[in-house]
Amino acid sequence: MIFSSLAEKLQDTFDKLRGKGKLTEKDVKAALKEVKMALLEADVNYKVVKDFISKIEERAVGKEVMESLTPGQHVIKIVNEEMQELMGGSKEDIAISSEPPTIIMMVGLQGSGKTTSAGKLARKLSKDGKNPLLVAADVYRPAAIRQLQVLGERLELPVFSMGEDSNPVDIAKGSINYAASHNCDTIILDTAGRLHIDQEMMEELENIKGTVEPDEILLVVDAMTGQDAVNVAKNFDQRLDIDGIVLTKMDGDARGGAALSIKAITGKPIKFAGTGEKLADLETFHPDRMSSRILGMGDVLSLIEKAEKSIDQEKAKALEEKLRKNEFTLEDFMEQMEQVRNMGPMDEILGMIPGMGGAKQLKNMQVDDKQLDYIEAIISSMTPEERRDPEVINGSRRKRIAQGSGTSIQEVNRLLKQFRQIKKMMKQLNSGKMKKGGGLNLPFFN
Amino acid sequence: MGFLQRLKDGLKKTKEGFVDKVTNIFTGRTNIDDELFEELEEVLIQADVGVKTTFTLIDKLKDDVEKEEITEPEELMQYFQKELKSLLQNDEGGFNFDKDLNIIMVVGVNGAGKTTTIAKIAGRYKDQDKKVMLAAGDTFRAGAIEQLQIWGDRLGVNVIAQQEGSDAAAVAYDAVQSARAKGVDLLIVDTAGRLHTQTNLMEELKKVKRVIDREAAEIKAGVEVLLVLDATTGQNAISQAKLFNDAVNVDGIALTKLDGTAKGGIVIAVKNELQIPIKLIGVGEAAEDLQNFDPDEFIKALFSSEE
Repeated sequence: MIFSSLAEKLQDTFDKLRGKGKLTEKDVKAALKEVKMALLEADVNYKVVKDFISKIEERAVGKEVMESLTPGQHVIKIVNEEMQELMGGSKEDIAISSEPPTIIMMVGLQGSGKTTSAGKLARKLSKDGKNPLLVAADVYRPAAIRQLQVLGERLELPVFSMGEDSNPVDIAKGSINYAASHNCDTIILDTAGRLHIDQEMMEELENIKGTVEPDEILLVVDAMTGQDAVNVAKNFDQRLDIDGIVLTKMDGDARGGAALSIKAITGKPIKFAGTGEKLADLETFHPDRMSSRILGMGDVLSLIEKAEKSIDQEKAKALEEKLRKNEFTLEDFMEQMEQVRNMGPMDEILGMIPGMGGAKQLKNMQVDDKQLDYIEAIISSMTPEERRDPEVINGSRRKRIAQGSGTSIQEVNRLLKQFRQIKKMMKQLNSGKMKKGGGLNLPFFN
Repeated sequence: MGFLQRLKDGLKKTKEGFVDKVTNIFTGRTNIDDELFEELEEVLIQADVGVKTTFTLIDKLKDDVEKEEITEPEELMQYFQKELKSLLQNDEGGFNFDKDLNIIMVVGVNGAGKTTTIAKIAGRYKDQDKKVMLAAGDTFRAGAIEQLQIWGDRLGVNVIAQQEGSDAAAVAYDAVQSARAKGVDLLIVDTAGRLHTQTNLMEELKKVKRVIDREAAEIKAGVEVLLVLDATTGQNAISQAKLFNDAVNVDGIALTKLDGTAKGGIVIAVKNELQIPIKLIGVGEAAEDLQNFDPDEFIKALFSSEE
């Protein structure tokens, strides 16, 4: 694995300390070193990491962690809380001008994904009932105008351009009249990519800003950016006073620590995240999800919360009792499956598990809610007697169940086999090794 | 302008950010202490050298201090340069074209600078009176084919292209056939930018490579895969290099956009962890700003003082 999960490392660190009784300040510091490494590996800026760690250290060496039974989880919780605070609480929308048109200006380095993001944003606004106009103000990159025009065609949205020989300031100005005469209430300016230290090009952006007074200036940043993200964001913000960030290429495996650095340095919110190749792949940014990604630990907290909310404690207890007495039936199986499904789609749940982050990897696993549908259909096609005692299911019954559930005999067999294995496992557990109390809430999904 | 001067100018930003800080660490003190190593750690990590490679370097230096009984910080700086150099050694830089037809397949994530790099390589060999041909293998991104065609017109170089959305492997096939028929010396095949985690797109890339390999073998043409990496990229560059290498066997890296404030230290990490040589570095917009990577010159330019 390229990335090892921080949660695992922390667990290891604390496992070594088990049996020592209480944790010392030194122990916590060792754990925080792991946090520091994880953040640096995620490309969070060195200085930001340093400040961040010292802040956590203050809290983590306090009584609440040292006396906690699960110091590892406790440290993670603190890290998560602090990170969410740093990333900003709730999501933020773009400013809409009281007098149309609303002007949105996209700026950023070459290759950060401005043009694609402009197209995605236009699509999103159009879905929200707006009438956006895309403006091709990148006259430098060969075929940049053409790229925007193609995107416009695909989206069936208007694109304003004045060719490659015009001044970007004139293009921006011209687009306002065009928007007015074509009933467009929102203008999205696609500007040329530039280095943040290119004085001439930065002046051009300042001129565009001064001329059309955009309501929203969005800095487009590649999620894979390293330590330099801080310099880029600082420069653009100082020159243009940006309003927010679009974080692109989030569908890769970059942890995206740049997001944290930029927020910490500029204080400006990350508003959108580009999550794929398709024009629909632009999401409103959720700071809380990002912190887990940077730490590479999955959304453990959400998972715990979801489980707590969806699983009926009374029923769980009754089930445990049944398991202990080995009275577990297919009916119970189905009921339990229902509870897990209440937590949300399977791929979403799996995505929250540490080490399973990254939706792309999950796609390869083909975790499919359909599988659960099949299982449900098979069990539903059984008689109550069959559900209580699957041993009575003979060849002709199998055939009937398969037909009734629209599945195949093989699938029915597979389910029965799995169920037998589970029962066998329960029996072994009951015969001695089973721990007292909990730990058995979800036997099918471990 | 001499090569060294251009490199120095191009790397000036890199230099200002990185080298002066490094020099200060070693010259600004009388003792080798923990603080020195901590400052070095900070500078290296901020240069995107990466956690793992940074600690490898620092551990080596600490060993050196012990074994060689080094006491002077300035003496330690020599060791630091030596360790850096040994990490980058064996990198020849540039290409070795020894076949009648040489093919470069250019790969990389979206926005790394593939098309611009292709144009610069084409310009360089056109100037050397080589017959160059380009293949517009990025059939996915809107405007990508036009972008390459505009470059082809500017450079006076043939561009083999099909429509947007067509099969990239078919474009590559056509291009190799056409290059052979027309007696081309260098064929550069563009490919669509793709994130290395997109499994099906990486499969498609493998297919393009297979087609090129098969056709090239028949006519004994040379094939190189060049991975274009953006110098502003952080630790993810390692993952990119690894997955592209797994898919199509990368022969070398072109590091672009070194003219910003990004330090490009990631090449050291990529070299250290994956042993993929750096062939080219891009230090500016102009065609001659794409240069052969030379570790000695690179480090010399990094460490030489301002004139």
